[in-house]
Amino acid sequence: MKLREIAHSRTGDKGNISNISVIAYDAKHYPLLLEQVTSERVKAHFAGVVEGEVVRYELPNIAALNFVMDRALGGGVTRSLALDAHGKSLSSALLDLDIAPASGEK
Amino acid sequence: MRTIRIGSGAGYSGDRIEPALELAEKGDIQYLVFECLGERTVALAQQARMKNPESGYDPLLEERMRAVLPVCAAKGIKVVTNMGAANPEAAARKTVEIAKSLGLPSLKIAAVVGDDVLDACKQSDLPIMEFDGTIRQLGNRLLSANAYLGAEPMARALSGGADVVITGRASDPALFLAPMIHAFGWAMDDWNLLGQGTVAGHLLECAGQVTGGYFADPGYKDVAGLARLGFPIGEVGEDGSLVITKVAGSGGEVSARTCKEQLLYEVHDPRRYIQPDVVADFSQVKVEEVAPDRVRISGGRGTERTGTLKVSVGYVDSFIGEGQISYAGPGALARGRLALEIVRERLKLTGIAASELRFDLIGVDSLHGAQVSAHANEPYEVRIRVAGRTENLREAVRIGNEVETLYTNGPAGGGGAFKSARDVVAVASVLLPRDRATPQVRFFGA
Repeated sequence: MKLREIAHSRTGDKGNISNISVIAYDAKHYPLLLEQVTSERVKAHFAGVVEGEVVRYELPNIAALNFVMDRALGGGVTRSLALDAHGKSLSSALLDLDIAPASGEK
Repeated sequence: MRTIRIGSGAGYSGDRIEPALELAEKGDIQYLVFECLGERTVALAQQARMKNPESGYDPLLEERMRAVLPVCAAKGIKVVTNMGAANPEAAARKTVEIAKSLGLPSLKIAAVVGDDVLDACKQSDLPIMEFDGTIRQLGNRLLSANAYLGAEPMARALSGGADVVITGRASDPALFLAPMIHAFGWAMDDWNLLGQGTVAGHLLECAGQVTGGYFADPGYKDVAGLARLGFPIGEVGEDGSLVITKVAGSGGEVSARTCKEQLLYEVHDPRRYIQPDVVADFSQVKVEEVAPDRVRISGGRGTERTGTLKVSVGYVDSFIGEGQISYAGPGALARGRLALEIVRERLKLTGIAASELRFDLIGVDSLHGAQVSAHANEPYEVRIRVAGRTENLREAVRIGNEVETLYTNGPAGGGGAFKSARDVVAVASVLLPRDRATPQVRFFGA
C-alpha cells in the first residue's frame, strides 16, 4: 500500500530547508512509520530534489515524524528558479511511498 | 481562572479579509492578530520606503483596518499586527488617519520600532547562516537587516493602553504571545509558560492553515466549506491551557489532524523551536478533540532564550528570466521535449550568460524533477517552462524571448506563450547579539 493510506503530511519551508511531517491517521500505524519511513528512504525518494542531509525527528505523542531536508529548495525560497519555490507540493510526493503492511493486516 | 480569546485574522499579506471581520463580529475575542509579513517582504518594503518616506508598510493595511476597526472599537478588541513592515510609524500615522475618518478619533495606536538593525549589522561582520560569506561581503547589494523582535515591546504597548499595536519584523508567534503576557502578567523567564504560549502562537499564526486550509485531499481528508473558511481562535488560560476553535457555522474544521499538521509546519527540531523570547519544546505536546471544532493542546514547554536574535537580511541576489508555452493533443509531450531542446540550443548559440538554468515540463516533471516523476503518465497537454538566473535584466529578458520565438520557429501548435524578467531580492540570516537591538514603543493618536 501507499503511505497515503495510513498517513497525512504537510510541507514547510525555511530558506533552503524543507520540512515534511508524516502523521499517522491512527496511532496504531506509528510503529510502521518508524520502521519503514526512514531518513534514508526519504532521501532516496527525493533523488534529484534534495541535495543535502535528511534528518528525522520522532513525535510519539502525536504519532508523527518530522523530516528536515537540507538543500531541498533550489538554493532557497526567495531565489529559487522552481515553479514551486516553497516546495509546498513535496508532501504529496512523499505520500506515494510504498509501505509493506504489518503482519496480520491486509 | 482568567481566559482570553485571540483571533487570527490573516496568515499572510494577501489573505482573505472577511474571515477577520467574522472573528471580530462573532468570535467573542478580545484580541485580533494579523500576521502579514513574509520573509522577504521587509526588504521589498524597505526599497519602497527609500523612494517615499511615508510608504513601506503593508499595502492592504488600509483595507484591513477599515474592515475591522469599527467592530473592534465597539467591542474593545485590541488589534496586533506586523503590517508596519519597513515603516511601523508611517503605518501608525496612517491608522490614526483611518480611525478619524471612521469616526473613531479616540483610538490609541502604538508603533514598535527598533527591528531595523541595518546599521548595527554594517558595523559588524557577521557570518551568513545559509551560505559561505559575511554581511560585509554583500557590499552595496545589502538592502535591509531586520531582527525578529520578541513579544515584550508589543506587550508593553498593550499595557500602555494601545488599541492597535503595529510592528515591523517580529517573530510570528510573538504577535500572539504579547496579549498573553499583557493579560496574565507572565514573567519573561517563565520558560514553560512562554513555550506553551509559543505553541498557541505557532498554531494560530497561519490563520486558515489550522482550520482546514492547506489540508483537503478529496477521498482522504475531506473538508467542507473552504470558500468560507473560518479563521482560528485560541482560547488561552493564564496557566497556559489552550483550546483551538473557530466561529460556529464558518467553513473548515478544527480537528486533531489539522492541529497536528500545523504544529509541525516549518518546524525543524521539535525540541528546539528557537524564538526571541524562549526556546520552545513541542516534543511533548498532546492534541485532544474535546468537542466538535474544539481541540485542546497541552504539553508545550520551553527552555531559556538564546543570547542572539535572528536577523533577516535582504539583498539583491540576481535576475530571473522565464518563458512558457503550451502544447496539446497527440504527441504533445514529444513536442514539448523538442521545444525544450530547441531553447537549450538557442541559449548556447546566442551566448546568453546564465549562471543557472531550469527546463520544466509543466504537467509532467516541473514540481519534483525528472527522477521523482519518472512514472508519470503521458498527459493530454503539456506546458514547457524555461527559467534562468542572470546578472542583469537585459540577459534575463533574452531567456523569455527564446521561448516566445517558438511560436513561429518551434514545434507545431505551440500556444499561450508567456515571458517575464525580474530582479530577485533574496533573504539570508545572521545572528545578532541580543543587546544590539533596542525596541521602542511610540504612541500615536488619542
